[in-house]
Amino acid sequence: MKEGHHHRKEKKFGMVIDLDKCTGCGACMVACMAENNVPFKQNETDKLDSITWMRVYKFDNGKKFPDTEVCFLPRPCMHCEGQSGHSGHSPCVSVCPATATDYDTDSGIVSQIYTRCFGCRYCMAACPYHARHFNWWDPVWPEGMEKALSPNVSPRMRGVVEKCSFCFHRYQLAMDEIYAKGHRDFDEKVPEYQTACTQACPTDAIVFGDLNNPNHEVNQIVKPDHNHRLTGKSGNPKVFRLLERLETNPKVYYLSSREWVRRAGDNYQGEETPENYKVKEVHH
Amino acid sequence: MDSVLFPKGVKRCSLPMFLLGLIPVVLVLLWGVYAMLLCWIKGLNQTNMNDSYGFALWIWADLAVIAIGGGAFFSGLLKYVFGKDELKNIINYAVLIGFICYSSALLILAIDVGQPLRSWFIFWHANVHSMLTEVAFCLSCYFAVLTIEYIPLILENRKLNEIPFIHNMSHNMHGAMAVFAATGAFLSCFHQGSLGGVPGVLYGRPYAYREAILVWPWTFFLYTWSAAACGPCFTILVTKMTEVITRKKLVKDKVIHLLAEISGWMILTYIIAKIIDTIYWAQVTAPLMGFHWTEFFDSARSSLTYHGQWILYLEIIGCGIIPALILITKKGRQNTGALWFAVAMATLGVCINRWTMVMQPMAMPVMTFDSWNLYLPSWQEWATTILPVAYGIILIAISYRYLPIFPQESELNPSD
Amino acid sequence: MFWFSFEWIWDMGHMVFMGGLWYALGIIGLGMTYVIIKTILDTFYPDFFEPGPDDHH
Repeated sequence: MKEGHHHRKEKKFGMVIDLDKCTGCGACMVACMAENNVPFKQNETDKLDSITWMRVYKFDNGKKFPDTEVCFLPRPCMHCEGQSGHSGHSPCVSVCPATATDYDTDSGIVSQIYTRCFGCRYCMAACPYHARHFNWWDPVWPEGMEKALSPNVSPRMRGVVEKCSFCFHRYQLAMDEIYAKGHRDFDEKVPEYQTACTQACPTDAIVFGDLNNPNHEVNQIVKPDHNHRLTGKSGNPKVFRLLERLETNPKVYYLSSREWVRRAGDNYQGEETPENYKVKEVHH
Repeated sequence: MDSVLFPKGVKRCSLPMFLLGLIPVVLVLLWGVYAMLLCWIKGLNQTNMNDSYGFALWIWADLAVIAIGGGAFFSGLLKYVFGKDELKNIINYAVLIGFICYSSALLILAIDVGQPLRSWFIFWHANVHSMLTEVAFCLSCYFAVLTIEYIPLILENRKLNEIPFIHNMSHNMHGAMAVFAATGAFLSCFHQGSLGGVPGVLYGRPYAYREAILVWPWTFFLYTWSAAACGPCFTILVTKMTEVITRKKLVKDKVIHLLAEISGWMILTYIIAKIIDTIYWAQVTAPLMGFHWTEFFDSARSSLTYHGQWILYLEIIGCGIIPALILITKKGRQNTGALWFAVAMATLGVCINRWTMVMQPMAMPVMTFDSWNLYLPSWQEWATTILPVAYGIILIAISYRYLPIFPQESELNPSD
Repeated sequence: MFWFSFEWIWDMGHMVFMGGLWYALGIIGLGMTYVIIKTILDTFYPDFFEPGPDDHH
């Protein structure tokens, strides 16, 4: 968790997913698997040991027909900032004994170093979003398919944990291009860095970008409320994060105009609502 | 045949009889070794663990054996630091049991990690903020201490001790033992605690999360306290079992009762702290995270699954308050049946505590659209978990046969 | 674990944590070194130390 060398402006890459637009088609899942060389099993019926960096959950409002409403919720890694903000006390980063997962203060991306992970799975125990997956098997692709693997992403070996990296290799490629063009940082003149799921979404439900950049759409939707007790809390009443009360402080936001969907994002008791609930003390 | 190797003044069964008795245990051991090799060669797909149960039977077994192996550090602390000299008559056995428990824990960990050959990364690339790093450091150091405590016992074998170098080595190791034991007690306090910290710091897992003092969550202190309280009960339990199997009195009642009484008071104070912790967790911690404490238990399913509320009551009342009350009363301690019951229940209690702290946080759905899962270990997981038991029995049998584990044995069995 | 690992930082966490580890390892290592040296001297150079009443038991 070393501090980065801040010759560039600190960025906080994040996502807003519009759940009213998501149709649950699964294109984001497919794009993610193809982009990141995610291995799969011959028989994928047991989802509990499937590797899905991006997973679309389905749930409903619990009402009977004709009042039933369904919501599809794509869940990548939340790239949590953790309890004390942008310092990397993410639930998983803080517990990894071998520093195999790290919080990059330059980009806000939670990385996973596959060759350093020794497979203790403590990070999986720490993550309430099930965003981390263990390689229970050796990765095997059907014959010929290995030729279609992306050369930019290293396939993982058996016995290590993997997860969504916000397509970090694309960030590196974008930075390479920026440097090649003589720039030092992202600006309007250079191509933007986007994740595969964002580009694959047919309904444009996913918006990805730098949450710190006030000119970016992601920032304009989230409208971070800097005066709120919870770091990263959105100022947009239609925007919420999953399990915000735990103060994992995710950088993936969800947008919905439906109250019951927003309520499904967290746990509430009795009279509590997403707008009105108590939070625990933060230990900075 | 091998009688020259027996400790002085004691009687042992014949060698063929001894070997015959060991056969079933060796078979179980081989079964475990086979399962262990399967896990190493074919990988962790041999288990029934999955991405929802990344921590499962093995991690529980690890935490449990370390807790019940706590008898070694606590009796060491009582003898060498607090001067309870009486305990010298049971300390050898406590050390042996501790040695077995800790070596088993290390073995299970070596099977449990996905890339065992990279285990040294935990030292080399240590993340000092991780409780597991603290566990690994203290565990390995303390295992070194336990080995140092066990070696003099081996050197005291009658034949070995005739060699001057070995005799002197054993003598000198005994001389320096207080330093090692004190270091061991310090290390053990920390790693028992940091094992408690392992679930306690998981602020994304409401069942496990506890508020902290400095960097240590409440579970840090509860784990150290419970291991010190229940570890000696396991030492007593194994001693009593050994007495039944060997059909001999091996340790004087006075020693057992002293340890049982200290243990009883420790359990009582621990269980009071545990009750306060549970109430605070249910009334303050859980609501702030958006949960009612009953949601932490699987009530929709049959209450008989191991995620039901019954496990909480069994742990606190059946395996906490009741054994504590038996052990602190003179009558309770002196009643053989009650003593057996109390030490067995206390041992079970600490194992249940570790079980719930490992399994329940994994099982409990945190996201509102997530659901409960039930996990049942594969035979490979059972076999590798039973493997240390077989290994322990073999090591105890060999040590009992050839090493002076029980200083009071010849005095208590004069007919030998 | 070592100050030459690239992720090492000279902060309080590393100094306290690693200090504790090296302290424990030091006691164990020095203790055993003392025991072994004393055993060699006791065995092969019995006159090295003044013979005392409890030198042998």
